[in-house]
Amino acid sequence: MALNNIWVFAQVANGAPTSATLELLTKARSLSSNVTAVIGGDGASVAGALGEYGATKVIAVDHGSSLPGVAIASALKSVIDGGDTPDLIMFPQNYEGRDVMARLSVKLDKTVLTNNTDISDGGDGVTVVTPIFGGNTLVSTSFTGAGPFLAAFRPKSFVAESAGGAAAAVTAVAVPDLGATGGASVTAVHVEETTGPKLDEADIVVAGGRGLGEAASYAMVEDLAKLLKGAPGASRAIVDAGWVPYSYQVGQTGKVVKPTIYIAAGISGATQHMVGMKGSKNIIAINKDKEAPIFGVADLGIVGDVHKVLPKLIEALKGR
Amino acid sequence: MNVIVCVKQIPDPAAPGALDGATNTLKRDGKLILDDSDAYGVEMALQLVDKAGGGEVSLVSMAPNGETSGLRTALAMGAAKGVLVSDPALQGSDALTTAKILAAAIKRLGGADLIIGATESSDGYTGTVPEQMAELLGLPSVTFAKKVSVEGGTLKVDRQTENGYDEVTCALPALISVTAGVVEPRYPSFKGIMAAKSKPVEEVTAADLGVTPVGWAGAGQKISSVAQAEARQAGEVIEDDGETFGKIVGFLENLKVI
Repeated sequence: MALNNIWVFAQVANGAPTSATLELLTKARSLSSNVTAVIGGDGASVAGALGEYGATKVIAVDHGSSLPGVAIASALKSVIDGGDTPDLIMFPQNYEGRDVMARLSVKLDKTVLTNNTDISDGGDGVTVVTPIFGGNTLVSTSFTGAGPFLAAFRPKSFVAESAGGAAAAVTAVAVPDLGATGGASVTAVHVEETTGPKLDEADIVVAGGRGLGEAASYAMVEDLAKLLKGAPGASRAIVDAGWVPYSYQVGQTGKVVKPTIYIAAGISGATQHMVGMKGSKNIIAINKDKEAPIFGVADLGIVGDVHKVLPKLIEALKGR
Repeated sequence: MNVIVCVKQIPDPAAPGALDGATNTLKRDGKLILDDSDAYGVEMALQLVDKAGGGEVSLVSMAPNGETSGLRTALAMGAAKGVLVSDPALQGSDALTTAKILAAAIKRLGGADLIIGATESSDGYTGTVPEQMAELLGLPSVTFAKKVSVEGGTLKVDRQTENGYDEVTCALPALISVTAGVVEPRYPSFKGIMAAKSKPVEEVTAADLGVTPVGWAGAGQKISSVAQAEARQAGEVIEDDGETFGKIVGFLENLKVI
């Protein structure tokens, strides 16, 4: 089917569209000449950037202190009921994307396909590709029936490229009365401060896992990351254990990273972790267990104790 | 305070996953266990009910073959009863159908003050079912809760965000999804395990709940192909002899990053 109208759920961080937003817009404009960005809040300040990457229109939904999921989905339903029906809505695979998509799927009674890394419009209709089993198997799934099709994509699935487009035209859409579903509101926002390069943009990532043994040993990971001008990361296990904040997490439920060098220290390589780092150009792994799955993807694997290897490595690098 | 927890019974994640050759769905024919992600919700529910000084924790689950072993784990932790939706017709159901089934099972239990789910399951990880249930049940929701309390009949949640967290207040009844690590799940005691054997689990079908169509017929999707990804080749693996840090230095030098 022809995709005559594609919407992209856009997000803003530090005053600019997120990299995931620009990636999705780039892909969307390769599928259709009619691309609309949907954004929470005021769209005016980013209409230029969204237009540059391919959006011709922006639907801006100011949801105030309401959580974005129910508020933005309700506003989009009102636009669709008004006659502007997209064939496909693309979402980033993250918290807000998932929430808006889930609420909207019920309102439209349409399926959702999440965790995708590619999309095409061909003989089987609109088809998405989803890696499973830690990325070893690729499943192609086609939407059946009529749209709107709802699909979420992992970060870094596409490469963002400017189209040099003009600023998109912004239409503000009000949030309809949410009734009981609008019962949640945000009363305070906390941002965790980080220094150094951002985890999902860093050229070098040093990540630590359960093999570190205790929270205090994570300092070695931070030291090494700092020496290499990289970003420190973590496996889900030590985030769950409370050693480091969630923003450090690499994996299916955390950040997807594709650095030039990924150093996994004391990480065994659970499927959910591998999904987030397998795209790294070079992988170095240090782990005590020589059977650890991480060695299956490592370019250089050291079977050993991180407490012995890392201090010597840090010393050697400091001496340079 | 009454709380309903949605729990998924999944194949042991430690065992390698496999697809059924005929249907391309995940094989679920072996013994199923309680998804670790859901143990946090069960524990959270037990703590909230305990703090409220009254009420009970109920469970809803959807699984093939009348499987209850994962449910029994949650009952052994302290939940009072459960509804299991087990029906061969459900195979191939998408996330939206799953949400419809679980929402109907929640209604069958008469609803609750709070519904709890995990942020996503460990085997399918679509990650939309809790929020879809909230919409189906007409409830407010707070997803990705990392800290939860009830004060004066109002829910207070620290909600995980990409770069920190939000403080959120929410009227009850409501639905929340909880992150892993939100609480430390208890181990079932021997007494709990024995008591769980006689706790009631009502087994129902999709038709009993009045949800149609389900399974492949209800899914707005079909699997068109399955392929192996290009495998990443393993490189050199060496045992540490106290000098392997030099290997890493050499590797970094070759890549001209130091």
